[in-house]
Amino acid sequence: MNSALVIIFLVAIVALYLGIRATRGKEMNVNEFAVGNKGFGTLFVFLLIAGEVYTTFTFLGGSGWAYSKGAAAYYVPAYICLAYVLSYWMVPKIWRFANKHGVISQPQYFMKTYNSKALGLVVAFIGLIALIPYIVIQLKGLGIIVSEASYGTISPLMASTIGAAIVTIYVTVSGIHGSAWNAVLKDIMILFVIVFLGIYIPYHYFGGIKPLFEALQTAKPEVLTFASEGFSKSWFISTIVLNAFGFYLLPQSFSVVLSARSERALKKNAITLPLYTILILFAFFIGFSAIIQVPGLEGADGDLSLLRLTMQTFDPWFVGIVGGAGVLTALVPVSVMVMSGAVGLMTGFYKLIKPNSSDRQQLTVSKLFVLFIILTAYIFSIFGGEALAILNIMSYGLITQLVPALIFGFFNTKFMNAYGAIAGIITGVSIVLFNSVTAFKLVNIFPNIPSVINDINIGFVAIAINIFIGVSVSLLTNTFVARESSKVVEEMAK
Amino acid sequence: MRKYAQLLLIIPFIGMCVLLPVADRIEPYILGLPFLLFWIVLWMILSSVVLLIVYKLDPANKGSEV
Repeated sequence: MNSALVIIFLVAIVALYLGIRATRGKEMNVNEFAVGNKGFGTLFVFLLIAGEVYTTFTFLGGSGWAYSKGAAAYYVPAYICLAYVLSYWMVPKIWRFANKHGVISQPQYFMKTYNSKALGLVVAFIGLIALIPYIVIQLKGLGIIVSEASYGTISPLMASTIGAAIVTIYVTVSGIHGSAWNAVLKDIMILFVIVFLGIYIPYHYFGGIKPLFEALQTAKPEVLTFASEGFSKSWFISTIVLNAFGFYLLPQSFSVVLSARSERALKKNAITLPLYTILILFAFFIGFSAIIQVPGLEGADGDLSLLRLTMQTFDPWFVGIVGGAGVLTALVPVSVMVMSGAVGLMTGFYKLIKPNSSDRQQLTVSKLFVLFIILTAYIFSIFGGEALAILNIMSYGLITQLVPALIFGFFNTKFMNAYGAIAGIITGVSIVLFNSVTAFKLVNIFPNIPSVINDINIGFVAIAINIFIGVSVSLLTNTFVARESSKVVEEMAK
Repeated sequence: MRKYAQLLLIIPFIGMCVLLPVADRIEPYILGLPFLLFWIVLWMILSSVVLLIVYKLDPANKGSEV
């Protein structure tokens, strides 16, 4: 056993201990399990929201994108930052409604806004389809981190298995409380690791940040600006706006919003979170350094750039610390995702077939759904190949299709009712699914359009059609509904 | 007037999206960063500033927390 492995194991054990201990002295019920009895103050909400950002993606993907795609990687901090800006307007509205109506999950939110159980069911399933690939990516990432950092002693499969087991145990015991306490440990570790690596590596190899970029400008200047086609400016702008709207609709982020104690906790976080996101810059420095220092990682192997460079630069014990931080960046988000998905299914599906279930039954069913979701994700992480990459790209596209229904819901207008919302969402989701499977671009329909338009994120087009269908159906059914109710009035008058 | 403070939230979107094409260049370097990357970081900082101003102006944040 090498020192790296010892440290990784220690971190895993501490995570398990913290996760289980988190609910000590608390009476567990559904509300406590799902949203911590809506009692989380500014700091916990901050760490949980930030925790959704600093996932294995920061570790592997952030540096990996910078390595293989250059400036296109900037979309990550850009959309997250705009999501926080937008959240100041959007999130208090969600929180206020949820607080007033005792909402504990996303499907329930839509169900109560539009007074439609069918809509709740649709939202629960879309949430699930969007979540599973996320969880799978984290489990796979965890496997890669541990197997690399243990110098191959532990196989990725074994690492994913242990990781999945730890998450299952502490989510079942503690619900969202386990995630909150682990988020504290995780952010301390990742902060230290990413800042240290992001400064040390450029200074060690190039003599500074600026010399690093100057070396890149000489060797590969194209990585420092946007491409003229593909990952171009119009791709960048459309993607960051789309993702900014979608960010808080991911079931796991939505759950964190519901767990806040007050509106003000959420607003205060919106102010500081953009600054916290700047940390991802350090991951880019590492990825950019790797372009010159460990060239030749092709395709998905670009995601290994951070780990490879770390192993080339440091002693095993430090690799162990990096690996341990990597493990936590997978465990915390996975736990929130699994929990929010399970509660979503419970409120959207189980309550539908058993409306009079007791709190105890609901808690048990939520825990069974935890098992179901993590097992599904685990199986996908072993057997799912290419299908997974497609699903992951789709996640945001799918979840953003809920945006029109959410925003119309704020204003309670006649332009959107439950029928319209369902029709719009299903149309939008179908377009996104169809696009992912066939990989069509606008150029296939309109052969002569310039790349500026062709590169626009297809989710955007889907949203436009979603709104059009949603509003049309609503207006049509409104008159129908009105006629029905006037008939009732007439009959009652007779 | 203060009711409309939230309209200021559009500013970061203008900086990050509308003005982006102007910033798509390597030089000049600022604070050691190529210009495009500096631009993104700048707007992340300005986003925080705008949010702070909106928070201070927003009448809903006055008084003690309920």
